Amino acid sequence: MSQANVSVEPNAKALLKANKAKKRKQFFRALFSRKIVLVSAIIVMIIILVAVFAYQIMPFDPNKPAVRDRNQGPSATHLLGTDEFGRDVLSRIIIGSRVSLIVGVLAVIIACVIGTTLGMIAGYFGGFVDDVISRVAEAVRVIPQVVLAIALCAVFGGGILNMSIILGISNMTVYIRMMRSQVLSIKERDYIMAGRLQGNSSARLMLRHILPNSISPIIVTMTQQIGGTILSEAGLSFLGLGISTPTASWGTLVSGGRAYLLTNPVYSLAPGVCIALLVICLNSLGDGVRDALDPRLRGEL
Amino acid sequence: MARYILQHLSQTLLVLLIVSFLTYLLVDFLPGDPIAAMTGGEISGETYERLYYELNMDKPVLVRYFLWLKGALTGDLGMSQSYHRRVADIIAERVPVTIYLSLLAFVISVPLGIIFGIISAVKRGSAADTTVTLTANVCCCLPQFWLGILFMYVFAMKLGWLPSSGFVWPHENLGLSIKQTIMPLLCLAIGGIASITRQTRSSMLEVIRQDYIRTARSKGLKNKKVIYIHALKNALLPVITLMGLRLGGLVGGSVFVENVFVIPGMGSLLVNAITSVDIPLIQGCVLLIAVFSSVVNLITDIVYVYVDPRIKVA
Repeated sequence: MSQANVSVEPNAKALLKANKAKKRKQFFRALFSRKIVLVSAIIVMIIILVAVFAYQIMPFDPNKPAVRDRNQGPSATHLLGTDEFGRDVLSRIIIGSRVSLIVGVLAVIIACVIGTTLGMIAGYFGGFVDDVISRVAEAVRVIPQVVLAIALCAVFGGGILNMSIILGISNMTVYIRMMRSQVLSIKERDYIMAGRLQGNSSARLMLRHILPNSISPIIVTMTQQIGGTILSEAGLSFLGLGISTPTASWGTLVSGGRAYLLTNPVYSLAPGVCIALLVICLNSLGDGVRDALDPRLRGEL
Repeated sequence: MARYILQHLSQTLLVLLIVSFLTYLLVDFLPGDPIAAMTGGEISGETYERLYYELNMDKPVLVRYFLWLKGALTGDLGMSQSYHRRVADIIAERVPVTIYLSLLAFVISVPLGIIFGIISAVKRGSAADTTVTLTANVCCCLPQFWLGILFMYVFAMKLGWLPSSGFVWPHENLGLSIKQTIMPLLCLAIGGIASITRQTRSSMLEVIRQDYIRTARSKGLKNKKVIYIHALKNALLPVITLMGLRLGGLVGGSVFVENVFVIPGMGSLLVNAITSVDIPLIQGCVLLIAVFSSVVNLITDIVYVYVDPRIKVA
């Protein structure tokens, strides 16, 4: 009897591992079964690679002014022309991809960490703590996101890190609400009660048992938010409140080019195409992740 | 019903109270000395003193907050430091412009979005559906400010059909006003049309799958009747929520459009206030926008009960 037990256990572990690998395989197969998701994933990968190897592929130094080449239209040397300081627009777009991606991902991570923690605390402890967190979250949600982000710009100022914090704060209420309701629905289940009776601490229960059970909707929300966040960053930079010169960001490029629409429309319009392309692909990738992970979420989120 | 409304009203008031407090706290979160930040630091000691007392800086935060709130409730939001005028007066001048554009955009985008959504849901899988869905998916990702610049380039600079910027009320100059509003309105409406289309389509598809629709079909009702009477009624419920969100968000969304087309509305006012660190003006703008969107939320909630009796329990 005891021998059988010993031989079963490693088997069970191997089975569990195989099961996980199988599930992962299923996830990716489901994810890429739709062509549009596959294409989006490839485009996003290309943009990420461009951002990583920006310095290797850009034709010119994005920050080096060349007074003689100011405001040129597209040509063989400067494919997308030059800006008002003679800097190569294509190179600035290439380096600008970094800002968009970093801010997009960082802001969503910040929003997720703060929001999930607060939501979990609110749902788990309930009572007064829940009231305070929920009401403040509701108050923050009432202010339109753009307006909130703009107002926070006055407090934090621009720059990549500050931008991420600002957009993180303005995105976090979604996670608070979601986690709170998740916790409320899980909290009363038997296995949580069993865990509590075993003497697990609240923190351990939340992190080890409640959080893993709510991970799907969190991942779905995160993937769906990145696109919108990049759009917000571009918008704030466009207004002159986000990333400021000389750092190139797609939003500031669109804004910088609008004075030169007649001489070189590409300067202003091309970065916008990049923003749109990236956001469209990220969003359809997010939809794909949602459908592959849990089709039931389709209606909810 | 009255209890429901009262409950939501009191909730809204509580939320607004918190919003106003958070808004007020902005001053204390500002890096460095707020007065120095506001004026750029180049002022005499005398002006500093005057501003110091004008902003009640000598009192603790809570006292200052209540003084400000008391003023705000009576329509006094303080003096703008950059415009040298009463904040309430400036806002009163700017609000109608934004509301006018936002409402127009809203009125355009709701029926169009619903119609497109129904078409693509009913003809699911057809070429029309693919076109509509694809266009909607692309349109809701386009940066509004870029769209504005694109329109400006094409219609104002290349084709010369429309003036590139500015704003005039219709009663002042009808022709010019119409010409000037076309581009901003398109920019504001496109995102709304796209997202309402998407929502209508997905909730329509959800509803069509349900049993009572099958029942309606199997008892021999015409397809049109099933779609437009039985399905649409329920499919529009989530659309109402989205409409509320869109309307509340439109004021925020107009920031970009107002910036691109140089329209003197709330959005451009807010951006001006931020860039010139005009604290009373920032507070006034944020508070007003929050009030607007929470009133819209409240109305959405109430409308919801009227159209969906199932919610009354709550």
